[in-house]
Amino acid sequence: MSFLEIRNLTATLSNGMPILRDVSLSVAAAEVRGLVGESGAGKSMIGKAILGILPRSVRITRGEIRLDGTDLLALPPAERRRRIGQSCALIPQDPLTALNPSRRVGPQITDRLVDILGWTRSNAEARARDLLAEVQIPEPERVMRSYPHELSGGMRQRILIASAFAAEPKLIVADEPTTALDVTVQKQILKLIAGMQARHGTALLFVTHDLGVVSKVCQRLSVLYAGMVVEDTDVRGFFSAPDHPYSRALLAATPVYTDPEASLTPVPEAVITAVRAEVAAADRRAGRG
Amino acid sequence: MADLYTIENLRLSLADMTRRPLLGTAPQLEILKGLNFSIPKGSVMGIVGGSGSGKSTLGRAMVRLLEPSSGQIRFDGQDIAHLSDRELRPLRRRFQMIFQDPLSSLNPRHTVGTLIAEPLRLHGFDDVQGRVGRALDHVGLPRSFLTRYPHELSGGQRQRVGIARAIAIEPDFILADEIVSGLDVSSQAQVLRLLEDLVRELGLTLAFISHDLSVIRRLCSRVLVLYRGEIVENRETAALFAAPEAPYTRELLSAIPLPDPDQPWG
Repeated sequence: MSFLEIRNLTATLSNGMPILRDVSLSVAAAEVRGLVGESGAGKSMIGKAILGILPRSVRITRGEIRLDGTDLLALPPAERRRRIGQSCALIPQDPLTALNPSRRVGPQITDRLVDILGWTRSNAEARARDLLAEVQIPEPERVMRSYPHELSGGMRQRILIASAFAAEPKLIVADEPTTALDVTVQKQILKLIAGMQARHGTALLFVTHDLGVVSKVCQRLSVLYAGMVVEDTDVRGFFSAPDHPYSRALLAATPVYTDPEASLTPVPEAVITAVRAEVAAADRRAGRG
Repeated sequence: MADLYTIENLRLSLADMTRRPLLGTAPQLEILKGLNFSIPKGSVMGIVGGSGSGKSTLGRAMVRLLEPSSGQIRFDGQDIAHLSDRELRPLRRRFQMIFQDPLSSLNPRHTVGTLIAEPLRLHGFDDVQGRVGRALDHVGLPRSFLTRYPHELSGGQRQRVGIARAIAIEPDFILADEIVSGLDVSSQAQVLRLLEDLVRELGLTLAFISHDLSVIRRLCSRVLVLYRGEIVENRETAALFAAPEAPYTRELLSAIPLPDPDQPWG
């Protein structure tokens, strides 16, 4: 059974407008699932729903988020937070805003271990040093005493990766973790995340808008449009023969330097109209808005 | 073909604020270290490099938002490297710049129509309303957008308005700095196609700064690769992609994740 099982997850804004529509997906241990779609498709919302950090304006109206068989949404809030804290972690997009600029890096990694998981300070520090070494940070001792502004973007992202893996979570949500980085640094960081995930056997939900990145790090993927999963497939099948017209259109719009004569077609109006009709039909069947 | 820009031994230093002492002035950091290149009229030059390579600084020097420390920037024969603001004013109509999100830097309380009209009024054009309308036509937006506000538009639409604002005053040269990086692939494809059409129809010369070599490959006739303030490669696009010469260009190319699970990605 998969470690993460989401079933029929539906969420709406306070005005009743649906932003997730019957989303179902699963991630097994040691598996990487990509969540792709254009901005506003709801891919980050799914990660936030799992981690219990949805904006106040968003309400889950239906569905299950099962971690290791237990439905998080059926638990009392304190118990839910404890479960999430023990088994899940986030690798955020922007390493600068995710780190407190006025505190040294070391305590920002160890606090979580001490405060939430009840480790001793010295155990937590030893663990942080090991993890910083594993993410190939030279001189971990010195880096732990540094402030975020003293480190490069790539270094800060490595620190957040170390921090995410520190408590051996069963599931990590990575939300566009390399979008702000140079392409050469992006490659190092992606290889690092993929290597760590494989070694630690972590289930990884990888949110990205970049199909190139998906083809390098994911085994399965879900394509989202307007909060609805339009395709759930394995990566190899997707890139050789995408099933849904919207998926095919997304691939056709992606420029690749090896094929400059490719037409670089924006997603055609007809495809948008058709996928919107699908969304509307699903809403009618479910009696939504 | 004649060159619109000829740049010789361009150097530019800025104050290094990360090493500013508590009292006194910050030390100077050399960002551009003696660049030489030219841009033929009617061509599209891609400028690529990593963060800190100096690509945006180079762009800002070319449209004289920054003054170089030394060297020449000849625009249509005239050296503009050290012209004063007053001397630059008549030239400003001839080169325009488009940013990653042009409308976030503009007054959010102005309508699209007012925003596009602003540079036209500033440069004393007649028939402002007619020109604004035609600029919208060129970028494929309906005239009903004239009364919209920036926050009502999608990212791709905002970028089109930014382009309309730039082409309304009929410049010879447009500098586009990472203008598609924030966009979804579909809007990106639309904006790239629009730029291709505009270059052809209006005879524009374009410099296109980007970190995305796949986008550069599609749009540009030549590519300039910058690394730490120096040009490491400056060649015709097809030749550069067929056989990249500089080690940094090779590194950049091999780092791009192509949407293909079978691509070897060492």
